[in-house]
Amino acid sequence: MPPVLELENARISYFTRAGEMNVVPGVSFRLEQGEALGLVGESGCGKSTVAFAIMNYLSGVGRLTGGRILFEGRDMSRMTEEELRQIRGGRMAMVYQDPMSSLNPVMPVGRQLMEVPLIHQKASEAEARARALQMLGEVNLPDPESVFDRYPHQLSGGQQQRVVIAMALMAEPSLLLMDEPTTGLDVTVEAAVLDLVRRLRQKHNSSIVFISHNLGTVVRICDRIGVMYAGELVEEGPIGEVFRDPRHPYTRGLLNCIPVLGSSKTSAALAPIPGQVPSTLNRPAGCIFASRCTYVEQGRCTTQPIPTVTVPGSDHHRVQCVRFDELPLRQRPAAAVEAAQVKRDKEDVLTVDHLRKFYRQSPGIFAGGASYDVKALNDIDMSAKRGMTLAIVGESGCGKSTFAKVLTGIELATQGKVVLAGSDIGYTSVEKRPDSLKRKLQMVFQNPDSTLNPSHSVGYIVERALRRLKGVGGRQARAEARKLMDTVKLPVDFVARKPRQLSGGQKQRVAIARALAGDPDLVVADEPVSALDVSVQAAIINLLIELQATRDATLIFISHDLSVVRYLADRVAVMYLGKIVEFGEVDDVFLPPYHPYTESLLSAVPIPDPDLKQKRIILEGNLPSVRNIPAGCPFATRCPRKVGEICDTTPPPERRTPTGHRIACHIPLEDLNRVDPVISRAAE
Amino acid sequence: MAAITMGKKQDGFLLRLLKRIALLRESPVGMIGAALVLFWILVAIFAPLLAPYDPNENYMDDYGNWGPSAAFWLGRDNQGRDILSRIIWGSRIVLTVGPIATFCAYVVGCTMGLLAGYYRGWVDVVVSRISDIILSFPVIILYLIIISQFGPSAFNIIVAVTFIASPQVSRIVRSLTLELRERDYVAAAKMRGESAVYIMLVEILPNARGPLIVDACLRMGYTTIAIGVLGFLGLGLPPPDPDWGGMVKDTYTMMSTDPHMSLFPCAAISSLVVGFNLLADGLREISLRD
Amino acid sequence: MLKFFVKRFGYLLLTMLAVSLIIFVVNEYSPGQVTRKILGPFATQNEVDILTVKMGLDRPIIIRYIEWLGQILRGDLGKSTLWGAPVNSIIWDRLLNTSIIASLAFAVIVPASIIFGVAAGMREGSRLDRTISLASIVTTSVPEFASGVFLQSVFVIWLGLLPGTSPLDASGGWSIASQLVLPVAVMVLYDLGYVVRMVRASMVETMTRPFIRTAVLKGLSFRNVIMKHAIRNAMIGPFTVILLQINYLVTGVVVVEAVVGYPGFGRMMLDAALNKDIAVIEAGSMFAVFVTVSTQIIGDFGYMLLNPRIRFA
Repeated sequence: MPPVLELENARISYFTRAGEMNVVPGVSFRLEQGEALGLVGESGCGKSTVAFAIMNYLSGVGRLTGGRILFEGRDMSRMTEEELRQIRGGRMAMVYQDPMSSLNPVMPVGRQLMEVPLIHQKASEAEARARALQMLGEVNLPDPESVFDRYPHQLSGGQQQRVVIAMALMAEPSLLLMDEPTTGLDVTVEAAVLDLVRRLRQKHNSSIVFISHNLGTVVRICDRIGVMYAGELVEEGPIGEVFRDPRHPYTRGLLNCIPVLGSSKTSAALAPIPGQVPSTLNRPAGCIFASRCTYVEQGRCTTQPIPTVTVPGSDHHRVQCVRFDELPLRQRPAAAVEAAQVKRDKEDVLTVDHLRKFYRQSPGIFAGGASYDVKALNDIDMSAKRGMTLAIVGESGCGKSTFAKVLTGIELATQGKVVLAGSDIGYTSVEKRPDSLKRKLQMVFQNPDSTLNPSHSVGYIVERALRRLKGVGGRQARAEARKLMDTVKLPVDFVARKPRQLSGGQKQRVAIARALAGDPDLVVADEPVSALDVSVQAAIINLLIELQATRDATLIFISHDLSVVRYLADRVAVMYLGKIVEFGEVDDVFLPPYHPYTESLLSAVPIPDPDLKQKRIILEGNLPSVRNIPAGCPFATRCPRKVGEICDTTPPPERRTPTGHRIACHIPLEDLNRVDPVISRAAE
Repeated sequence: MAAITMGKKQDGFLLRLLKRIALLRESPVGMIGAALVLFWILVAIFAPLLAPYDPNENYMDDYGNWGPSAAFWLGRDNQGRDILSRIIWGSRIVLTVGPIATFCAYVVGCTMGLLAGYYRGWVDVVVSRISDIILSFPVIILYLIIISQFGPSAFNIIVAVTFIASPQVSRIVRSLTLELRERDYVAAAKMRGESAVYIMLVEILPNARGPLIVDACLRMGYTTIAIGVLGFLGLGLPPPDPDWGGMVKDTYTMMSTDPHMSLFPCAAISSLVVGFNLLADGLREISLRD
Repeated sequence: MLKFFVKRFGYLLLTMLAVSLIIFVVNEYSPGQVTRKILGPFATQNEVDILTVKMGLDRPIIIRYIEWLGQILRGDLGKSTLWGAPVNSIIWDRLLNTSIIASLAFAVIVPASIIFGVAAGMREGSRLDRTISLASIVTTSVPEFASGVFLQSVFVIWLGLLPGTSPLDASGGWSIASQLVLPVAVMVLYDLGYVVRMVRASMVETMTRPFIRTAVLKGLSFRNVIMKHAIRNAMIGPFTVILLQINYLVTGVVVVEAVVGYPGFGRMMLDAALNKDIAVIEAGSMFAVFVTVSTQIIGDFGYMLLNPRIRFA
């Protein structure tokens, strides 16, 4: 029986005004029936290109210019339009990254599902409808009848993705291509979707190509993993082998720069990969990774094309490296900073007291009803000490971004106090704040593409910040700007560059330099690394740690990524629907006793280590609608440890430990203490 | 992005401008438009050198044979005036009044739109209501009322165009401002303590360049048509100035015998407007490709 | 939903009120002008003054405005100085005439713009697209009087197939139908290009959206992708644009009617403006504004109905 999918030296190029861009010089792999292969790599590595090439859908500008792609033994590039149409959606199906925009916004969801059997299985309308309803049930959507008539925007992100998965599986395809299917979904939703994919795979015995930049997600679904870099498949093999014994320096580099849940800055440093991905227009003669490799040997690695070899004694573990068996034993680098014992005695820089922020919302034209309050922040208490990193973690809708906006004055508090250096800043909008306050509190934003004004040069951006926040002008500003750029490790000749000439990581560095211009006491960083590739993330995280240590500034780090938070933070606040459900030192929060929500968050985080055992907790139930958040615990509608009615009706008490660890739960502390840790080493 | 373009030392202003213009090469449509517009600009500038005759002088020899001849390449109108010269000199009127009017409309429209989009609230309500009221008039009727009431003159035409076009510009600028003000770099500017005027002019406006340049070209086209139409309806500049629309008005009743008299000025106007529209389209294509 | 209509009709009334005030003030701020117009340029200042007082034009403008407003609301649109008859007897016939050519033009523009726009936008950059785009740009760039002149020189002078003027009077030997061809053709030529470009732009944008890729990769034929997925999405925006063309077709065709001598609303406004026939100007403007704002309301409401994201929020 031929493999479901086989790529033989597939060479893919894009043809633009600038000529032929050879994005993928030659990729080869096989996928047997029932196997799941994870294709991982950073942005621009070509993994999505390979997926679309498999579908033979390269939107006109791209083409397979060499090699073959065989699906069930048939050459994809030799197929007629008619044959392709029969295969697509029928034998081969795809699940996409952004489910909302992948569904037709003006067609009810059920109708979109029905199209598949109507086209591929010659079903009648009634049969198609029945199939669609059945599939909706199979992907765990509650009340399939009502979901059937809904439009995509009426479903949540997780529900939309389930619909897309249902649509892909309708015709029982033999190959399922999944292109970053859970990127953009909340962690707990992601866990549920991954769980669904795993179950469906077992049931239908589908073969899967799972593309992701997140190595952790791949561990959950796939048997094999392929690592791509700049269009080349540098390593491929069974997941356990590749993770335990990575043979390619790039794979090693990747694994070394990802914070694994469980490690912190005091235990091991992140080792970012130096340099940048080479442009596709000038491929070097030798190894594509040579310019950034720590083990490079001039001559052997840089002059001829590198062959792909199989690691002896392995189960088809292939590597594209000449030095693959000469690499030293893998070690995590030494700790980044020393244990932060000293900091416990520092004073509070920021205190937040019973903070509430409500937004008035009026219903749309066609809906009825009165206006209601959206309780974005609902009674927040917390504090941050000088020189420490306080992380605020939670999923979308928890209020962390609103909190940042209230802190920075972009929004005003509705009730409660926000005290920074002695004054209550919660009710002063950013325009009205005195200059001294503006200097003290600065922000680093999430999206590197909108954080810098595209019409201004880097030099202007930094000098302007210096002029406004530090009061220096002219030549002195220029000199200080150069110093700042040094601090964030940007080459000084970048002053003349415009943002579009910078990479994402470089843009964030400029943003950090801008924030530091006035020597702030408090820096609020709202998801500053979420939009960056992992290797770049590591560099920025290291930079933040170093800057904080040297400047003794307080960093409020907002994120949804628990691994980064575990690594970076000293204290953590876990938020859910506008409330802080758990607060404490990072070591306390990430080990029992847990708040049940923290527990499910931790169980949901994809961990790129197949040897770690992780409890599996899938949250059932829905987020309560914004109009009526339950009077009791906000997590009551989904909590796997729900005690009873008391969780719905009464706000939970705050349990405290002597170290300042707070958990808001009806379950007593002793019971929470007895819970097993979510993450542990698998027994040898 | 995997590929990162290498930055060069910052080029001088003129060089950058020329490079941007050279970008047009990528759009053949834009090139044709630019050529047409440039052609007429040059004609307007060099009118005294190009026009063979005085545009207002009546050449009455060979009465009745008004058609194109060796002496008068485009023929003469019913008063014996050389059509070619009149068209050449008429380009000056169109290409001075038009750009000035468009520029004024832009100044007013940008101000209104920036204020409405940035401050929102009651400023937005007032500006939008005023815009809506002006925009609720059919354009042509508004022109009719204004010009017929205040008299035809270059100044009045400029005022009328400004009055009528600025709400449209304001709408565009307003929606761009509403979008751009949500960008993080605007929040960063606020957190530095920048004034509202600084934010509007230095942070927001430069990033609205693209769509505004395209719109400006289109608007030049509309303004040219408006000037032509006013001339045609008898509300253009008073005679004997060779205003293209007025030339058509004077001569189209003679179409059965001498169609050339009205066809040539029509072709002149159409070609200029086609030029602006093609140029706008080319610019839009390029800005999308960025 | 009721709130929407109430709010919008409120705006409509407010706009009409503001417009009426502006028009009235612009036209009648100088009472001497009005009387001078009536009496002609040879009247003495004394005669002008006497008539001014007699007509009550010396009273404060606010009072005159309120009086005029009252008249309008009672249905009395005043008396035309140009035609010497009540405005009511003139305006409705003219509107009817213009509605005839407007409806014919609209009937052509709607299907044509959708067909051409979709055909151009579904494959951006194809030869069909570039042809249609170029043709659209060129036709919108030619002012109505220019295209009128061009068409007349071909079909009237050279080929003799159509009449040179369209006074809506069959006694000259040309049928009514043949008299309608030229004005409708000019209107269509000028307006179609604009609408086609709007439809095309929306179609191009829709085709780049990911759900089209989903449809293709589900195995739908290109034809079905366009018909079942693309068009329904692409037409949401242009729907309003198409509806708003009614404004132009009914109230904005002054030049077309002037070129062919058609006795319609636009000609009426032109003659009134040139001859300072204030009553007609005022009444006509009010009507024009009413048409504009009403179509906007219908357009916005239709947009909300068509877009499920708003309809089922």
